Amino acid sequence: MAATKWATWLPVVAAGAVGAYAVMQRRGHAHRANGRGTGMLADLESDTRQQLGGAAGVHIEEAVTVNRPISEVYRFWRNFENLPRFMNHLESVAQREAGVSHWVAKGPAGTRVEWDARIINEIDDKLIGWQSLEGSMISTAGSVNFRETPRGTEVRVHLQYSPPAGKVGAAIAWLFGEEPSVQIREDLRRFKQLLETGEIPTIHGQPFGGAR
Amino acid sequence: MKAVCWEGTNDIRVERVPDPMLLNPRDAIVRVTSTAICGSDLHLMDGFIPTMERGDILGHEFMGEVVDVGRGVKNLQKGDRVIVPFPIACGRCYFCTNDMWSACDNSNPQPAKSELLYGYPASALFGYSHMMGGYAGGQAEYVRVPYADVGPFKVPDHLSDEQVLFLTDIFPTGYMAAENCNISRGETVAVWGCGPVGQFAIRSAYLLGAGRVIAIDTVPERLRMAEEAGAETLDSLRDDVFDCLKRMTGGIGPDACIDAVGMEAHGAHIDYWYDKAKTMAFLATDRASALRQAIHCCRKGGTVSIPGVYGGFIDKVPFGAAFSKGLTLKMGQTHVHRYLPKLLRHIDNGDIDPSFVVTHRAPLDEAPRLYKTFRDKKDGCVKVVLKPH
Repeated sequence: MAATKWATWLPVVAAGAVGAYAVMQRRGHAHRANGRGTGMLADLESDTRQQLGGAAGVHIEEAVTVNRPISEVYRFWRNFENLPRFMNHLESVAQREAGVSHWVAKGPAGTRVEWDARIINEIDDKLIGWQSLEGSMISTAGSVNFRETPRGTEVRVHLQYSPPAGKVGAAIAWLFGEEPSVQIREDLRRFKQLLETGEIPTIHGQPFGGAR
Repeated sequence: MKAVCWEGTNDIRVERVPDPMLLNPRDAIVRVTSTAICGSDLHLMDGFIPTMERGDILGHEFMGEVVDVGRGVKNLQKGDRVIVPFPIACGRCYFCTNDMWSACDNSNPQPAKSELLYGYPASALFGYSHMMGGYAGGQAEYVRVPYADVGPFKVPDHLSDEQVLFLTDIFPTGYMAAENCNISRGETVAVWGCGPVGQFAIRSAYLLGAGRVIAIDTVPERLRMAEEAGAETLDSLRDDVFDCLKRMTGGIGPDACIDAVGMEAHGAHIDYWYDKAKTMAFLATDRASALRQAIHCCRKGGTVSIPGVYGGFIDKVPFGAAFSKGLTLKMGQTHVHRYLPKLLRHIDNGDIDPSFVVTHRAPLDEAPRLYKTFRDKKDGCVKVVLKPH
C-alpha cells in the first residue's frame, strides 16, 4: 500500500506546478524545465512565493520515458480526468471553467482532501504547469515537461507542496508518505504502462494455494 | 482446479485452488495440456530465489488450448493450440520493440523488488517469485496469460505436445546460448552441464555450425544423451577438465564455453566446498564453480556464454583471466519470442525433435515426487512432463 499512496500526490502536484518553477529559479536551482513560458511565471511568482513560504515544503523531481509519440503522451496527461487511472490515491479530477479543475484525493481513514487548481502555464507538447488556488487546503505547485528522445517521450515531473499545520497537514503528509519521490516514481511507472500497453499489469485476483 | 504450489523450501504440493480469470483486457486463459518442470524450478524448491510466497503456483514451461480471451486480444481465438514463452512481454515498450523480450519494461506488477536488487526492474516470468512479478504459473489445469496478443505462439496440429512444448524455454535457451557463442564454422564449443538446457545448447551449437562440441557433466545418462547428439564427453568427477580440454584442442582451448549449470553447481573441487560454506552462512548466494571453470578454460579472445541462472552474488570469479584473455561474456534470460518462428521451422523440417529429452511423463498429482527425482537426478531423470488433464 505504501507504494501506491502516492498517486494522490500528483494531483496535488497538478495543483501547483508553476510555483515550483518560481521557487527554483529564485533559489538558483538548475531544474528549469524550459525557457519558454517564463513570462507567465513571472506574473505568478510573488503569489507562489507567498503560498509556499519560500524554500519551505517538499520538492520532488522524477522522470520516465514513454515509448509513444509526444503529442499522444501530452494529450493524455493534459486531460486531467485521466490522472486517477494511474495515480492510485487520487479519487477524481473534474475540469471546471477554463484552466481550473477540482481535485479529490483519498486521505487516511476514509477522509478526503480536496482543492482547486488552475493551469498557469501550458505549451502544447512541451509543458503543463499548475498551482493551487489561493485559499485552498493545500498550497502546491507542479509542472510536467515533455521532451522527445530517441527512446520515446521523456516526461519530467517537478513538484512542490507545503502542507498547512493541523489535521489537513497530517492528511497531506499521509498522502505523500515517507518517501514522496517513490510514490511519484510508481505513479509515473503506471502512466508509462497504461500508455504503452493500454493496461496496468496486475496479479490481484489470480489463484494461489491454501496455505497463504 | 488443481495446481502445483510452493509452500516453502522443499515443500511442494498439489492443491485445489480457484480457476484463473481474465483480469486485464489483453489476458487469455489457457487450458494446459502439457507442462514441464525446469531445472530453474529446482532453485525455487531449494529456496535459492528470494521473494517466493507460500501458495505461489509454479511452472513456466506450458502449452495448451485457448479457452477464453479478453477484449483486447484480436489474434487468438478459443480453441487455438499455443505454446507460451516463459518471459512475459508487453510487446510495446522500447525493449520489446527492439527484440529484447525478456527485458520487458512493463510486465512486472511488482517492479520495485527487482529494481532494488538489480538497479532496474526485471521483466515478469510465469511462476517465478514476486521479484519476477508474482504471476501464477502453468503447472496447473488452467493458467492466465497476460499480453496474450504477444506471447502465445500457435503450433500446428501435426506436431505433438512433446515436440513443441520446449519452445517455451529450454530449446530457445539452449539456442540463444549457442548463438551467443558467435560460432564460426568448424569451431569447438565446450558445454558445462548436460541437463535439458545443456542438451539443447549442444544440438544448437551443431545447428549453428560448430565442428566439435565437448560436453561436461557427472551423470552417466546425461553424458550418454550428449554423445547421442555427437558430442565428445568429459566426466568432471573423473577427468581433469582443464587439462583434457587443452589437450583435446591442441593447446588452444575451446573457442566458446557455455555454462549451462548456473547457481547451484555441484562439484568435487575445493571451490565447491568454499561456495557451499559461504551460501550456508549467508555470505554469498550463488555457487559458481562451473562459471569459474568455463572462464579459466576458454581460449584467448573466446566467448563465455551463460544460460545457467544466477540470482544474486558470486565471488572468486577469475576476472583477471577473463580480462587477460580478452573474453566476451554473454548471458541473460532468453528472449524466447525472438526465436520461435525459426525454431519451429527446425522442428517442422525434422532438423531436431525436442522430445528426445523427455524421460518422465506423469499426471500433475505426481509433481511433488518428481521434483525430488529430478533434483536428485535419480531414475535417469532428465526432463519431466506433467499432464494436467
